[in-house]
Amino acid sequence: MPEIKDILLGNQRAGARMIRLIEEGSPKAFPLLKQLYPHSGNAFIIGITGSPGVGKSTLMDALILEFRKRDKRIAVIAVDPSSPFSGGAILGDRLRMQRHATDEAVFIRSMASRGQTGGLSRATKDTAIVLDAMGYDIILIETVGAGQGEFDIASLAHSTGIVSIPGTGDGIQAVKAGILETGDVFIVNKCDRPGADASVHALTMMIGMRNRGTQLSNPSPKWTPLVLKTKALDGTGVDELADTFLSHFDFLKKNSLTDQTKRTQETLYFKSLLNDLTLEKIRSFMEASPKYDAVLKKIQTHEMDPISAAEHVVNTMIILK
Amino acid sequence: METTHKIRVLIAKPGLDGHDKGAKIVALALRDAGMEVIYSGLHQTLEQIVQTATQEAVDIIGLSIMSGAHLPICKRLITMMKKQGLDDIRLTVGGVIPYQDIPGLKEMGVAAVFPGGTSFEDIITGMNNLFE
Ligand code: B12
Ligand SMILES: Nc1nc2c(ncn2[C@@H]2O[C@H](COP(=O)(O)OP(=O)(O)OP(=O)(O)O)[C@@H](O)[C@H]2O)c(=O)[nH]1
Ligand SMILES: [Mg+2]
Repeated sequence: MPEIKDILLGNQRAGARMIRLIEEGSPKAFPLLKQLYPHSGNAFIIGITGSPGVGKSTLMDALILEFRKRDKRIAVIAVDPSSPFSGGAILGDRLRMQRHATDEAVFIRSMASRGQTGGLSRATKDTAIVLDAMGYDIILIETVGAGQGEFDIASLAHSTGIVSIPGTGDGIQAVKAGILETGDVFIVNKCDRPGADASVHALTMMIGMRNRGTQLSNPSPKWTPLVLKTKALDGTGVDELADTFLSHFDFLKKNSLTDQTKRTQETLYFKSLLNDLTLEKIRSFMEASPKYDAVLKKIQTHEMDPISAAEHVVNTMIILK
Repeated sequence: METTHKIRVLIAKPGLDGHDKGAKIVALALRDAGMEVIYSGLHQTLEQIVQTATQEAVDIIGLSIMSGAHLPICKRLITMMKKQGLDDIRLTVGGVIPYQDIPGLKEMGVAAVFPGGTSFEDIITGMNNLFE
């Protein structure tokens, strides 16, 4: 069992064991998390998302190096997909960042999505709280490379970087999927390949259009997303990328937008917890009743169809005052 | 909340030995058996392996060694794991391991040995049995 004081001191073994408890949904996790929560809220959370193979992990590796040059302590959560067949997973993102494994100011945690859609896993949010309380200045989160629909990261991160590569029409795809709205920094990686400038140009135009749309409806200060070219393999352009993320964070702080982000995040977090806890409470209450078993038996013997059965259970067993 | 225990395994190749076919195939087999496998790649120093196992809070470290240096590598790694307080992590090893070396490895604290030719079934059962 990890000790709170060790986690707060940044002890990696204690932090790692805490994260394991969270991931397993252990009943020991919540009481510890409650104690860690007041110590969180200081880290700058950056999300990195984009289609499979665009170079997210390689870019994270290069970003770690840049942030270390700026004397920041870095934690990484790298999410990879679980196999829908076996429930197992190969967590391969870390492979690209292994040169930082023995740097004491870097903590890397691989995580399987475990059936969660949206590019993260259920445990990601709580894990970020632990890493934040451990004192890391920056938390970098790599989502599953699923291509579209990884919006969850935008509600968790202060800054979201969307990675694409030259000449894949990713820009157009992004507009269709609505990804454009969630990006704060757009990265055209593998700029050693032909077509990088054209991709940068196309993305810049689309962002211009997006901003004209939102400026009318929202008069508060607005961050203009930047489009940057990188070659993650050798770090070209990554110094500028690191500075861009940091200046975005400064922008948020200067305009009191970090508080707003925090409030939005906490509300979302509260609602999703409420969902989980209510569901669990109701389910365990219902399942404890002999009526529940009786209904289950009726389904198995075809005396009752599943729809009527579910309606019957909800209507007769949950009494709302 | 629903509790889900999954076995987490770190598969690592220590030293300069570049044979990664076995390590990669075993990683896939363990995934298909429902485990979460962190593959940390070739040329790992023992320091990297210990730090990775710590941060990832794995249940098992699986070394893949084809170089013939399994005895000194395992001995040093076990000492380092003890120093770091990783007593609850099981060390296993596969690769080119002569049968006469197995008792020695077990004696120094290696939990299971899977030499060349071991079937996936035996590897998976062997891994699961570490928690009986
Ligand atoms: C294929 C092969 C190569 C390929 C490697 C391709 C690759 N990317 O992997 C190439 C041609 C590149 C190669 C090169 C060399 N090789 Co070579 N190679 C082999 C060979 C023929 C087969 C290895 C293999 O892939 N087997 C198939 C896999 C599936 O089996 P496996 O790795 O043993 O894995 C099984 C188990 O061991 C276990 N397992 C393995 N790892 C793990 C990990 C865990 C966690 C678990 C649970 C289980 C587990 O599970 C698997 C299933 O049973 C072996 C001969 C042999 N009998 O093993 C020689 C062999 C390993 N090579 C050898 C040598 C000497 C070399 C070279 C030095 C030759 C040279 N002079 O250039 C170079 C060195 C390369 C380097 N950089 O390290 C020697 C090693 C000698 C020693 N140990 O004393 C061997 C044993 C041949 C011999 N009899 O001399 N090699
Ligand atoms: N040419 C070139 N290749 C790159 C660059 N960055 C990454 N790559 C290569 O692209 C491949 C995929 O890189 P990863 O970093 O694993 O990509 P990823 O987006 O994390 O992949 P997933 O996590 O599987 O979605 C690797 O072979 C990298 O070496 C780059 O700037 N230029
Ligand atoms: Mg990746």
